[in-house]
Amino acid sequence: MSAVSHAPSPASRRPVYGLIAEFENTHDLMHAAEKVRDAGFIWWDCCTPFPVHGLDKAMGVKRTWLPFFVFGAGATGTAAAFALQTFTNSFGFPAWALVKVTGYPYLISGKPMMSLPAFIPVMFELTVLFSALSCVGLMFLFNGLPRLYHPLLQNNRFRRATNDRFFVVIEARDPKFLRGSTEAFLRTLGASAVEAVED
Amino acid sequence: MSTLPVSHTHAAEVIDNTVEEPGTRAPLVLNLTTFAEVTTTVCRVAEARRAPKAWYIAFALSLAVLGFLGFCVSYLIFTGVGVWGLNNPVMWAFDITNFVFWVGIGHAGTLISAILFLFRQKWRTGINRFAEAMTIFAVICAGLFPGIHVGRVWFAYWLFPIPNQMDMWPQFRSPLLWDVFAVSTYFTVSLVFWYTGMIPDLATLRDRAKGKLQQFAYGLFALGWRGSNRHWHRYERAYLILAALSTPLVLSVHSVVSFDFATSQLPGWHTTIFPPYFVAGAIFSGFAMVLTLAVPARELFGLKDLITLRHLDNMNKVILATGCMVGYAYSMEFFVAWYSGAAFEKFAFVNRAFGQYWWAYWIMVSCNVITPQLFWFKKMRTSIPMMFVLSIVVNVGMWFERFVIIVTSLANDFLPSSWDQFTPTWVDIGTMLGAFGLFFTLFLLFCRFLPMIAMAEVKAVMPAADPHNPDHAHAHGHAKHGSAH
Repeated sequence: MSAVSHAPSPASRRPVYGLIAEFENTHDLMHAAEKVRDAGFIWWDCCTPFPVHGLDKAMGVKRTWLPFFVFGAGATGTAAAFALQTFTNSFGFPAWALVKVTGYPYLISGKPMMSLPAFIPVMFELTVLFSALSCVGLMFLFNGLPRLYHPLLQNNRFRRATNDRFFVVIEARDPKFLRGSTEAFLRTLGASAVEAVED
Repeated sequence: MSTLPVSHTHAAEVIDNTVEEPGTRAPLVLNLTTFAEVTTTVCRVAEARRAPKAWYIAFALSLAVLGFLGFCVSYLIFTGVGVWGLNNPVMWAFDITNFVFWVGIGHAGTLISAILFLFRQKWRTGINRFAEAMTIFAVICAGLFPGIHVGRVWFAYWLFPIPNQMDMWPQFRSPLLWDVFAVSTYFTVSLVFWYTGMIPDLATLRDRAKGKLQQFAYGLFALGWRGSNRHWHRYERAYLILAALSTPLVLSVHSVVSFDFATSQLPGWHTTIFPPYFVAGAIFSGFAMVLTLAVPARELFGLKDLITLRHLDNMNKVILATGCMVGYAYSMEFFVAWYSGAAFEKFAFVNRAFGQYWWAYWIMVSCNVITPQLFWFKKMRTSIPMMFVLSIVVNVGMWFERFVIIVTSLANDFLPSSWDQFTPTWVDIGTMLGAFGLFFTLFLLFCRFLPMIAMAEVKAVMPAADPHNPDHAHAHGHAKHGSAH
């Protein structure tokens, strides 16, 4: 990213977010992605209206660690449900959870105070609840979303990225990025259009 | 189907994609061959300045019925549960019948969105979005009934383990409390699943929006989605995990609902067959409701190319299969009652079929077991009027199933001296009908303002989406034969 000038400047002097190259089908995009990957770019991406099969491999995207975090959240849910039920229904000791609370040892039809089988359904439900919420929450967190502003969303051509066009985006912060040569490189990939996006 | 011409130049042409041809897969999208056509077809419903006239009529009607629900519920709250026809021993009747009915309706949405996803059933893409919406609205309706049947509604928060001045807690060994956790988890997870699935489509609507308000609203809810493949990668993983979580969840929810009955000592309720039988019944009724909604919606909003006859045919097959499971469960209940040798158990079932509620029992059997057998015939499965009528018949039947289970078992229990009969009051009936107003109001709003079909998912199963599609190089999406991979 070049120096940002805060004074109003002509359009050509505005800092550039990156270059976008538009493709008309997944086949061309896939080949372009392979070439961009092989050219050694780091800060680049493909934007597509739907997940394209095999593009992860073509881009060299590493598998996400998300499932491991979700497992951890699920296990927390199980433990939390067990703790909640045994604390409230099996013992009578006081504890502090924002306010002072005391459990109530219920004696229900002679069942043991720690009736694990009866506690299983709620443990299952909270496992699922914790996993599902953390799964979606972490997915957005890792993706850097929600984000209410993004330079790409200001570009008119890019609007079709959620409709029927496929884009390769190379960001200006990439160490290999050079406005002229990167643009020429993108043109060799069979893009139907190449355009600079302002930051 | 290589022999059938599929060409977008003959948009009005009717293509039969219900025919099975060995070696080729039937197309899931008809007439629309490019991604842009799919986008336009789905988005024009939300983008139109005015909805079709039928929408306004249906919406006005639904709002009126919803208003009546509000009246019935307020009357109940201000007066007390005595306004219902409940008595001792029938302390549960329409309230819990409606609760079980609506929770069951919801199950089809999760089955379509999660279980069919895990089984790689690609035809689900055409119907999953509004089936999931149906799930959420049905669970909202379901949640209403336990909330208002507690009598003193202002104490409904006692259902949750919230610290209070009495130092009391809910009793976690009770299936009724498991139900609170199961249904609220189910609602939350379904909502998250639905919304997550909708984000890419909301981004599509945002990017097409012309008005300021639309741009702001869709932009806000699209969370800045821009279709990045690095995002898609985590998104798809998260979606798969959600499907894998929702699958056991949906089975657990109706199992837990059935525990409300099965763990009691009452003849007619105390049965081990209940969890699987309830789940099968739930899917049965839910698919019927999906059809009840899909048949008019695809007509009204011009979605016949995306929700094709094949989708409907497949759903009818699921209805037939689950209807047979339910029929099996009905007969097995009788067998077990006889085989148990328990006098009360035997009486409970003979009484169901030939006692004071014999008519309810036979409505249930004829709607749920006998009429769905028509779906063995392809002519019936592919006839729009037939499936619409049958879907309503199944919904009626499934409502009666819950009524039969709950009321006949309670009304005639162990001691003849405590027997009684349940007669619904106008408030009972009004609340039951009113819930449909709530359901349809929400559903119509959804149809009008949100993407009714999962565009991103439909595009991904189109032939043009495949990077290895041979006609890609020249055709650019103008594939001649739409076949789903």
